[in-house]
Amino acid sequence: MTEPVLSRNFDRPEARTLPGYRAGGGYEAFRKALALGPETIAAEVKKANLRGLGGAGFPTATKWGFIPPKRTGPVYLVVNADEGEPGTFKDRYILERDPHALIEGMLISAYAIGCHTSFIYIRGEYVEPWQVFSDAVQAAEAAGLVGANILGSGFEHRIIVHRGAGAYICGEETGLISSLEGKKGWPKVKPPFPAIKGAFGQPTVVNNVETLAAVPHIIARGGEWFAGLGSKTQGGTRLYSVSGHVSRPGVYEASVAITLRELIERAGGVANGRRLKAVVPGGSSAALLTADEIDVTMDVDGLRNAGTMAGSAGVVVMDETTCIPEALHVVARFYAHESCGQCTPCRECTGWIYKITGRILAGKGVPQDPDTIVDVARRGVGSTICAFYDGAIGPYISYVEKFRGEFDHHVRHGACDVRPAPAAGGRPLSPACRS
Amino acid sequence: MSAPAPTTRPPAGPIRFSDVQLDEVRRLQALYPERQAALLPVLRMAQDTFGYVSLEVEVYVAELFELSPAHVHEVVTFYTLFFQRPVGRHVVSVCHNLSCSLRGAEDVVAYLEERLGVEAGETTADGRVTLLRVECLCACEAAPMMQVDDAYVGPLDRGTIDRVLEGLR
Repeated sequence: MTEPVLSRNFDRPEARTLPGYRAGGGYEAFRKALALGPETIAAEVKKANLRGLGGAGFPTATKWGFIPPKRTGPVYLVVNADEGEPGTFKDRYILERDPHALIEGMLISAYAIGCHTSFIYIRGEYVEPWQVFSDAVQAAEAAGLVGANILGSGFEHRIIVHRGAGAYICGEETGLISSLEGKKGWPKVKPPFPAIKGAFGQPTVVNNVETLAAVPHIIARGGEWFAGLGSKTQGGTRLYSVSGHVSRPGVYEASVAITLRELIERAGGVANGRRLKAVVPGGSSAALLTADEIDVTMDVDGLRNAGTMAGSAGVVVMDETTCIPEALHVVARFYAHESCGQCTPCRECTGWIYKITGRILAGKGVPQDPDTIVDVARRGVGSTICAFYDGAIGPYISYVEKFRGEFDHHVRHGACDVRPAPAAGGRPLSPACRS
Repeated sequence: MSAPAPTTRPPAGPIRFSDVQLDEVRRLQALYPERQAALLPVLRMAQDTFGYVSLEVEVYVAELFELSPAHVHEVVTFYTLFFQRPVGRHVVSVCHNLSCSLRGAEDVVAYLEERLGVEAGETTADGRVTLLRVECLCACEAAPMMQVDDAYVGPLDRGTIDRVLEGLR
């Protein structure tokens, strides 16, 4: 097991206070960054091969580099703490258990991109994480780490903590910006990208919580060190959220070069001595992998080559009792509910696929239904403003194609041949499957 | 999802913030580069004050921002945490997404429906609890879990649910 980096303070409750965080060397990386200067910071982050840990896996230094060097108005840093990808909960751990690491990462990154005001958008349901993080910001302000002329450097920075109000789409960076601006969270047409015209019309970098929390470590110990923790094309460790049918669900930090099999073993393996059936490797928008496909590395490129994605590193494990059509129905309900409705293909396809999975489970499916799901899914690809729908098709297509027999059985017999009877521990996954 | 029934938590008095609250509205409006950015925080304040965001509340908030009531309505209806109808004194939101379903979320919903005598989406007749189904709350390590007002609770079994319900007055 690698040395904990991002999670090193998770079991040190004292690190949630400013003195406790400082006692562990906290804010020394920021002090060092002020001496290094913006260009060196960006160069270290580039060397580190840090890739965005919210879902898209985009190289962080490249994203920063899109900010136009010549400009008149302010640049904004927006922290995406609208964690919402089903199966993901690691940003909550950072907000609650290591808030100063995030603040320090925000300060270093803001300094690197010449930003004097940052916004953190925390999902509305996260009340305790918001309270803990807000308290940490106040403590940092009181200590002169946030505000004017920080540590006598002349650098000025303020942090505005903003709360969402319940909408998955606000985790999409331009949807988040719309929401931050006091509108419904509709994603915006790109270009212009946020780096050119983002929040309040100004150049904006939107970074995920975990991505920013990695930055102090990179500055403290060097980009090369961080790069060496990971794979060839992606540096570092990352926080894996592991849930579903495992013995010990939780957040596990590991190199991005770990395999999915090793990760499941670290979470105690499949619970109750059952056999593995399938795994969602990177949040619900990632295509499903079967039990035979788990010898893949968990880095962005490793999972892409396996036909799925690293996404938000939310790993959901399903054992042999899981009815895949039921699981897809649950996932389809989510996408139908969360489609923002702006683009017709997404609004319509997510709704119809939910209806089709529902009728299959109700015993009213027709033989062409599984093909229809795949066909409908494919037709919408690439036709929408944001990546929401392209994410939704990950489950639609993979669940049907990899477990076609289960869908056909449901259509033919109007019943499940996978889920055990209630007395044997079988559990319905949705109201459509209560019978 | 059916509308929660009216409860004992109607808006108290006229729809108007106190002077202290109005100062807070102005502070929030000045905090951002554009004052409209304070709309979500002010709507949250309004909901906390008046119990839910009625059409009257929308009109009042629209005036505070010099926005059209239609814009405010569009925002309110977009987000799940703004209630457009009265809710109970406590809101219990059960996650029914994938990880929670795999670990028994349907049993949790069924048990809560039985204990409270309502279906998800409804409020108990005494106005004590509104029961909701919600999408992923991102606490899958505690599956099956739910949010009770501000707090996350899980993993849930019948004993835990019983204890939570006893604490709700």
